[in-house]
Amino acid sequence: MTGTPTLNAAPQPLLIVDDLSVHRGAAKILDRVKLTVEKGETLALVGESGAGKSTIATALMGLLSGAKVEGHAELEGTGDLLSLPSKQLVKLRGQRISMIFQDAGAALNPAYTVGRQLISALRRNLGLSRRDARERAVDLFSSVGINDAEARLSAFPHQLSGGMQQRVMVAIALACNPDLLLADEPTSALDVTIQAQIVRLILSQTRARGASCIFVLHDLALASQSCDRIVVLYAGQVVECGPARDVLERHRHPYTRQLKSCVLEIGRQDLEAPEGTVPSHDSMPPGCRFATRCPRALPRCANEMPPLTPASNDRDGASDHAFACWNPE
Amino acid sequence: MTRTRSEPLREKPAAETPVFELIDVEKTFQVPKPGRRFSRETVGLKALDGVRLRINDGASLALVGESGSGKSTLLRVLLGLDAPTDGRANYRGRPISDVRSKGTEFARDVALVYQDARGSLDPRMTVGALIAEPLRHFGIVSRDEEPARVAQLLDRVGLPVDTAQRYPSGLSGGQVRRVAIARALASEPSVLVADEAVSGLDVSTQAQLLTLLRGLQQDMGLTLVFITHDLGVASYLCEKIAIMYLGRIVETGATNDVLAAPAHPYSAALRAAAPRFFEPLPEPLPGEIPSPLDLPKGCRFSTRCPAVKGDCRTRDPYLAQHGAGRSVACLHPLSEGEGLPLVSDADMSSTAVAADIQNQTDTPLSRD
Repeated sequence: MTGTPTLNAAPQPLLIVDDLSVHRGAAKILDRVKLTVEKGETLALVGESGAGKSTIATALMGLLSGAKVEGHAELEGTGDLLSLPSKQLVKLRGQRISMIFQDAGAALNPAYTVGRQLISALRRNLGLSRRDARERAVDLFSSVGINDAEARLSAFPHQLSGGMQQRVMVAIALACNPDLLLADEPTSALDVTIQAQIVRLILSQTRARGASCIFVLHDLALASQSCDRIVVLYAGQVVECGPARDVLERHRHPYTRQLKSCVLEIGRQDLEAPEGTVPSHDSMPPGCRFATRCPRALPRCANEMPPLTPASNDRDGASDHAFACWNPE
Repeated sequence: MTRTRSEPLREKPAAETPVFELIDVEKTFQVPKPGRRFSRETVGLKALDGVRLRINDGASLALVGESGSGKSTLLRVLLGLDAPTDGRANYRGRPISDVRSKGTEFARDVALVYQDARGSLDPRMTVGALIAEPLRHFGIVSRDEEPARVAQLLDRVGLPVDTAQRYPSGLSGGQVRRVAIARALASEPSVLVADEAVSGLDVSTQAQLLTLLRGLQQDMGLTLVFITHDLGVASYLCEKIAIMYLGRIVETGATNDVLAAPAHPYSAALRAAAPRFFEPLPEPLPGEIPSPLDLPKGCRFSTRCPAVKGDCRTRDPYLAQHGAGRSVACLHPLSEGEGLPLVSDADMSSTAVAADIQNQTDTPLSRD
């Protein structure tokens, strides 16, 4: 992520995002975001609304319209995703990167059966015959836990429950064995027991395929349970990133502490509400964007933007834990 | 707010008339027969089935359950928007339909914060006008005193006084919820009913609203009925909890007791599904909530219950006393300290489950 040395000569990461910025008019929605996704790992993007979590995912898919995108996103073996011509990008979607959306009901086409939507993805991307694609579709449906897969192929999205719709989305997203799956809050619209099913499903299916996964989440506890590394975003910037345990248990950035302190675990009675709100995109302070709400703010914080600095962890030094703060904890 | 009605009321013994009492409430909706959308034949859909609930003055109750469990129907019955098809629903000892038809006292005393706070506010009215509306409707203060009272209410919910001149569209999600709370408090209610009042918000905004609601409840002695799906929120805000499944309350009692040692396997499953830092992901409940048109025989949770036994599929358990102040509707309630047999294979510990995720090959995880 930064220049931290790694012990064992790590294999090339799957995706390197460097200085990704997104402008919409005068508003800077993302500001020089850097992140790395290793092969086979699960990376969580956490933060509050307006932090830019979903914007990162949509920008990587090339689905941001009406916004100016700058920076690089090197996908191994492909080159810079952000400068690919749209024809090539269309080929990549589904085959190398795919995405699961928050609201599966809105992402599926209501006018076609779910089987047709899955089969068309298979035929288009893999060039399968109608019959082979259908067989494959039945297999995929059973592997994502849809009972009676054959019959369910001819169901329309509205005939399925929210959990089932999300399973269909997972099946479509994984149909062509992509290397990278982007999951944008795939469970926030679901009931807790169904949420647990879908999270486990996504993790097991991506791991079984050796694929990497970027999980956009707002629940830190869920991130700790499901992801290898965590990137904390605030107002369009990375404020802290690194292995899940480092970020959540040895956090250096005051915002990470605040975010963690707001998680209401069962039985907790000592909730302390933070002051203020996230600054709006068109009135961002020149310095640290968290400075106005930060209990540890120094005079310097208001005017100078802190860079992402490696955290010198006393353990093995192999961690890529980093934070952006002038007065870290 | 200047009222001090809270103190004397809260001191009364538990034997007093409860604010709300539901006795075997049943609510059946007539819906078109499935598969025959254009015919006039209808079937009864039991959204509530044998609900017993008692809410005392000054109490705080969390209603918890998944979608389809009947939370919203129960809420509508409490507010008198739907009359129960069977059983009795009383407000301070009188049928809710009666008190609602006689005067505005009930509407003034029981205030609701809607789930969709923004949708509940007229976009063409300023915040000040929105809050003044119930003040005027119920004749709470004279017109001259209105601005002062609006300012007082805004201050009470932590909004700057100049918010009164703004429109809902110019406010953030958290601010809109505060306005909805201020509007609910305007009629000086003794009961506040909130439907998912903090869901869909960022954690820091949620924390701000929760501390506000807890402060209001404590300072004003409000009776709070809080619908939520978040057990963390329930345990923070409410002393009592009622867990619903498919139109029935399956477990109720003091929130801390129920969550510390759930007696109903469904409560235990909800408890286990709540995210916890660095715990391995729990084995989820299989399947989904069945359709209320096609209720399972016997216990309605038997189709998903990890601890199901033979008689569960034939006998339907009713809510019965289970220890001090607790009730559970289960033929074989879990005893304290007895966890839920979350995985069917007895030898699969939670660490094995974690390893199971790591080593998954192409097999599906869920067993539904």
